[in-house]
Amino acid sequence: MFFLPVQIIFFIFIIFAVSRAILRFKDGKIHLGALLFWLFIWSCATLAISFPNKTSDIAKLLGIGRGADVVIYASLAVLFYLVFRLHVLIENFETKLSQIIREVALKNLK
Amino acid sequence: MKKLLIILPAYNEAKVIGSVLKSLASFAPKLAVSTKLVVIDDGSKDDTATIAQKNHAIVISHVVNRGYGASMQTGIEYAKRTQADYVITFDSDGQHFPEDLQAILSVLAKNQADIVVGSRFLQTNPIPTLRRVILIASNLITFIFFGVWVTDSQSGFRGFNANAINKLRLTGDRMEASSEFFAEIKRHKLKYKEVPIRVRYTAYSLSKGQKNTDSFSVLLKLIYKLFQ
Repeated sequence: MFFLPVQIIFFIFIIFAVSRAILRFKDGKIHLGALLFWLFIWSCATLAISFPNKTSDIAKLLGIGRGADVVIYASLAVLFYLVFRLHVLIENFETKLSQIIREVALKNLK
Repeated sequence: MKKLLIILPAYNEAKVIGSVLKSLASFAPKLAVSTKLVVIDDGSKDDTATIAQKNHAIVISHVVNRGYGASMQTGIEYAKRTQADYVITFDSDGQHFPEDLQAILSVLAKNQADIVVGSRFLQTNPIPTLRRVILIASNLITFIFFGVWVTDSQSGFRGFNANAINKLRLTGDRMEASSEFFAEIKRHKLKYKEVPIRVRYTAYSLSKGQKNTDSFSVLLKLIYKLFQ
């Protein structure tokens, strides 16, 4: 199978991204669910880059013009959802931080 | 005698906290309860804590600023741990009148409500127009999100009895806590009542109060809370 230079560059990047995810999982920095999620994302990316014509078939099925547009729309949806989840996570951290500061404040009073 | 804690969340209020505490201390003996003043120093960079201590207030200090909601929660947690019978929150910027404490306490003492909200809109008050528009919008948002209609959802002048003190679970650190109270009222089916209060706005208190531009970030946080 013959790959274009841009495809090879993407594959190298994906190998790097997957290696980071596996290393972070081994360090205990991310849990199994997160590792499986990212492996799924990068697998989809690998398939889309290896068989770009398949994205056109999916596009036709969905009634969208081009395969590349399908990839962009799907990526945007995933990105927005991830940003939303991050915001919720940050809010939870803020609450926990305040709880710690509260306990310290009340302990210092006594 | 019943125990009342007057909770004053304060952030960099060194200019006025002394006079606010003095006015509260001189009025408090008229209330038929044993009263303690509690200042929640929310990571102030000035002498708020020192001045509050000199004015015989109990001072609980956050090491860093966490926001109005977090300060309220600290005050309520302190009330829980010291088994206070009543809590009344009071602004530390000189906006509120100590004389209005009586109206709030009266409703609590007669067991007419678990939560009493002092409303700026139940009598004529000199509220700047833009602030008024935002407060009315806040009331609408509180109603849409939490199904509770009040005339002053952002009032910092509120009273709670022991039932409310023990049941309240607030998670919002910043100004969204004002609206979050009403979610808690609905969740725990608490009785609430509004009483008219007076306010005075000075150039100082207007500069310290909730900025009109904060409203958008408060709205965003309330949307997130719906998804939690």
